[in-house]
Amino acid sequence: MATTPAAPPAAPPDDGVLRTNDGVPLKTTLARVNRRQKLVAVALVLPLLGFILVTFLAPIGMMLFRAVDNPVLQEQIPRTVALLDAEWDGASVPDEAVFATLAEEMIQQYEVREIAKVGTRLNYEQGGLRSLITKTARTIARRGEPPWRETFIAIDERWADPQTWGIIQQAAPRYTLSFFLAALDLRYDWQGDIVEQPEREQIYVFMFGRTLWISGLVTGLCLLLGFPVAYLLATLPMRQSNILMILVLLPFWTSLLVRTTSWIVLLQTEGVINDVLVWVGLVSDEGRIQMIYNQLGTIIAMTHILLPFMVLPIYSVMRTISPSHMRAARSLGATPARAFREVYVPQTMPGVGAGSILVFILSVGYYITPALVGGRTGQLISNFIAYHMQKSLNWGLAAALGTLLLVGVLLLYWLYNRLIGVEKMKFG
Amino acid sequence: MVETNDPFVRFEDVQKSYDGETLVVKNLWLEIAKGEFLTLLGPSGSGKTTCLMMLAGFESPTHGQILLGRQSITHVPPHKRGIGMVFQNYALFPHMSVAENVGYPLKVRGVGKADMQARVQRALDMVELGHLGGRRPAQLSGGQQQRVALARALVFEPALVLLDEPLGALDKNLREQMQYELKHIHANLGVTMVYVTHDQTEALTMSDRIAVFDDGIIQQLDEPATLYEAPGNAFVAQFIGENNKLLGRVEAVDGPECAVRADSGDMIRATNVRTTGQGGRTLMSLRPERVSINPDPAQVPNVFDAEVLEVIYVGDHIRSRMRVCGHDDFIVKVPNWSGHVHLRPGERLQVGWYAEDCRALDA
Repeated sequence: MATTPAAPPAAPPDDGVLRTNDGVPLKTTLARVNRRQKLVAVALVLPLLGFILVTFLAPIGMMLFRAVDNPVLQEQIPRTVALLDAEWDGASVPDEAVFATLAEEMIQQYEVREIAKVGTRLNYEQGGLRSLITKTARTIARRGEPPWRETFIAIDERWADPQTWGIIQQAAPRYTLSFFLAALDLRYDWQGDIVEQPEREQIYVFMFGRTLWISGLVTGLCLLLGFPVAYLLATLPMRQSNILMILVLLPFWTSLLVRTTSWIVLLQTEGVINDVLVWVGLVSDEGRIQMIYNQLGTIIAMTHILLPFMVLPIYSVMRTISPSHMRAARSLGATPARAFREVYVPQTMPGVGAGSILVFILSVGYYITPALVGGRTGQLISNFIAYHMQKSLNWGLAAALGTLLLVGVLLLYWLYNRLIGVEKMKFG
Repeated sequence: MVETNDPFVRFEDVQKSYDGETLVVKNLWLEIAKGEFLTLLGPSGSGKTTCLMMLAGFESPTHGQILLGRQSITHVPPHKRGIGMVFQNYALFPHMSVAENVGYPLKVRGVGKADMQARVQRALDMVELGHLGGRRPAQLSGGQQQRVALARALVFEPALVLLDEPLGALDKNLREQMQYELKHIHANLGVTMVYVTHDQTEALTMSDRIAVFDDGIIQQLDEPATLYEAPGNAFVAQFIGENNKLLGRVEAVDGPECAVRADSGDMIRATNVRTTGQGGRTLMSLRPERVSINPDPAQVPNVFDAEVLEVIYVGDHIRSRMRVCGHDDFIVKVPNWSGHVHLRPGERLQVGWYAEDCRALDA
């Protein structure tokens, strides 16, 4: 296709390409005219793009990376690991060369006070290995001498067990799936097969299940409570609906912490509700109901806090539904209940879908409320992620749990898109 | 118009108030014959829509009762009245297809599937949309949506159909076309239709009778021609069609005619319709197309000097603003035929009209 503006205007080639009067193809001219506008538009969104990149995409990328990143053994005891891979048969106690290399590297790391990292990393795979590493390193650094094999075994019997060496080998690769396995209550055994965690250590699958169940329940409760409120907001006269709207929005203007703690005041065993129940005589003083620091507390507080996220999208959709639709349905012979069910409710579905998915996704990742009022049975998966971020410092596992949560939410979003269609969703 | 002694719909002394302080509808007595096309015409806030809503059952009368056939329907809820209704904004259900919309009244009545399909198809064919049953309302044009709404209101064969400004949202050409279609459907089916509009042309085109509403009262209830030719009061004269207003005082009443001294001092002979008698103030109403230019003084009783102030070419007629009898907003319409008078601004000439075209009303 000729794009040169020098083409003679009198006789443009007859190739079916639309041209402007100077013979330049129309598309080229249009692109040139629009280029400046596009550049300006890009320049305007650039700061936001940069911000999102730095504060959103980069952290998520780093989290995804950290879930498989496994540098400790490669950095701390690289030669031992290489030797194990190359020479160990995977069944017997390794030979003196391996012990010697490990001893040399352990002493080296002990002197720069880095050996604890190795212990911590191995401890993720099997409890007790941290103390083994620390104890052995300390002993050989002070008075260790060859033959290392005998020295090691003299310090602790476990060095004679091929399992210990198998675990070191499994924990060694630069990139590993072991954090994801741990997040699913699975692990590599010392021979490299995927097995279930011991039953008393299985927790995360159950926690994912509980998180989904509570999120579903909270979403359902929000819908149950929010739908009538949204309907009132959309149908009441302006004056009343404004007051109601302020009541709905009030929680938004109050600190999350204040709202959560006010629920503690209300619900605790010595709290307002129990006091009233005892005073009325519905429960005895000894039989005060435990409504907080358990799952019930989490459900009540989360439902309250997330309610506006359900009400507002539904309200914004309801406001656009013309009252004449209900009138039309009734004039056509439908009872008020039937008109509501068959004509009104189906039209609110974009709002119901948007509100539900919003509340559900927020619930799945909810942290502070379960932490404050959840007690033991009301904890959600994010509390465990926080625990591994802050307390156990097992960031790999925290990242793997977070990644699974992200994948779960994306999966739900995909499902929602397939069933209802995201383009029908209305947030306001 | 089908007239029977027993009215099909009857408003008996109906009053309606929303706030307990003002009456939106005052003392309404209205009878609608079976098969009639009755239009409620009036400016917004005149009470016409409230009347329609009371008939449909969405508003209840504060006083009085409404009879359908011989039964009072004052306390019957809308879904039991069996009245078809077409709304201004169509009110088609967006989540249902066109066929489902039209089939909805049959579905709630428990009509069988095969029967329903046949009746839906017949109703859609009637409005010439038989091929669009599978579409969604949003995929149709405004005119098509209104036809669907009409088919939906007719499919369950109601004896009474209410139409609330159904053509208000359509553009002019489509609106005129739909007016004829509605008229034909009414003639073919023989249903009673009550039509609300504020567009007087629409009312004149379609109706058997028109009830002109203002201030909660029916000002006049008559056939279109009577309403236009012989408006009963000043409001009706002004609301229906264009109208020159001449103010004056009655000098003498002479049988059906009267002599009026206009405020400019000119003597005008007019038809005495509703004056307060000799010495009373009167407003004379004169249609612009009934004024002739340079008439023969021997035949026309009212001939006055006029000055052309403005000439507007409208197409089918030429419209001219003149100064006549002290009024400088006197409008004359000259039909645009090959021999018509050519007017120029500033020109002085004479205009005249017959006494029967000039109606002396209450001031």
